[in-house]
Amino acid sequence: MAATYNLISSQVLGSSAASVTFSSIPQTYTDLVLRISARSDFSGVVENMMFSFNSDYSGSYSDTALRGNGAAASSVRDTSALSIYWSAAGNISTSNTFGSAEIYIPSYTASQYKPLSGIGAGETNATTAYMGATAGLYRGSTSAISSILISVGNGSNWLTNSSFYLYGIKNS
Amino acid sequence: MTDETTPTAVEVNCETQEVTTRPLTADEIAAQAAAAQAAADQKAAADAAAAAQAAKLAATNQKLIGLGLTQDDIDTLLAAAKA
Repeated sequence: MAATYNLISSQVLGSSAASVTFSSIPQTYTDLVLRISARSDFSGVVENMMFSFNSDYSGSYSDTALRGNGAAASSVRDTSALSIYWSAAGNISTSNTFGSAEIYIPSYTASQYKPLSGIGAGETNATTAYMGATAGLYRGSTSAISSILISVGNGSNWLTNSSFYLYGIKNS
Repeated sequence: MTDETTPTAVEVNCETQEVTTRPLTADEIAAQAAAAQAAADQKAAADAAAAAQAAKLAATNQKLIGLGLTQDDIDTLLAAAKA
């Protein structure tokens, strides 16, 4: 049976870092999946986990996001974002809890704009936790995605033991 | 060793699995700061919209109580509406 879900690369931080980039992504898969468990040094509950492709920060991203924190729900639309973001845990979340996110990027080598979808949660195990679902589109280029940067939005660094996994999906 | 005041970037080369750690460049810092501000603005707008909606619901709830409904009546109506 063919292996259709392969780990391409991973990174578990041994020390704090502001960003993690997967570069030279092989062009041999059909889709990509990012799975992330992360906590930042932001002195708040929720960190904005930001994604950028091919080192493009030119406002070429659009997204629709649904969010909830247990008390209220909201929806936002952004058509010229500099990146796409999901929730992660900040540093006043319950000790040692990490936010999580999974992002699916279909047809990342196709000559077209790149859609993606994801879900994420900023956990606290306490009073307030955010969860969100996002549909996004990268419109900066129709070139294949060869690098993905995951950076902090509110804090300065991802903390030690934050983990980042990039998988490749094959259709056969 | 990197300067602790300079944010660090970790790059994983998926072809070679080589991991490189380096300080962010000034351009990268500026770009990430801009993206972070934009994301913060977006979240603030979402939070403001959610707060406005919650305030509107609370005001509507008070209006219904002013009309003589009990909170239990209102909760029953809301539960039925969601079903």
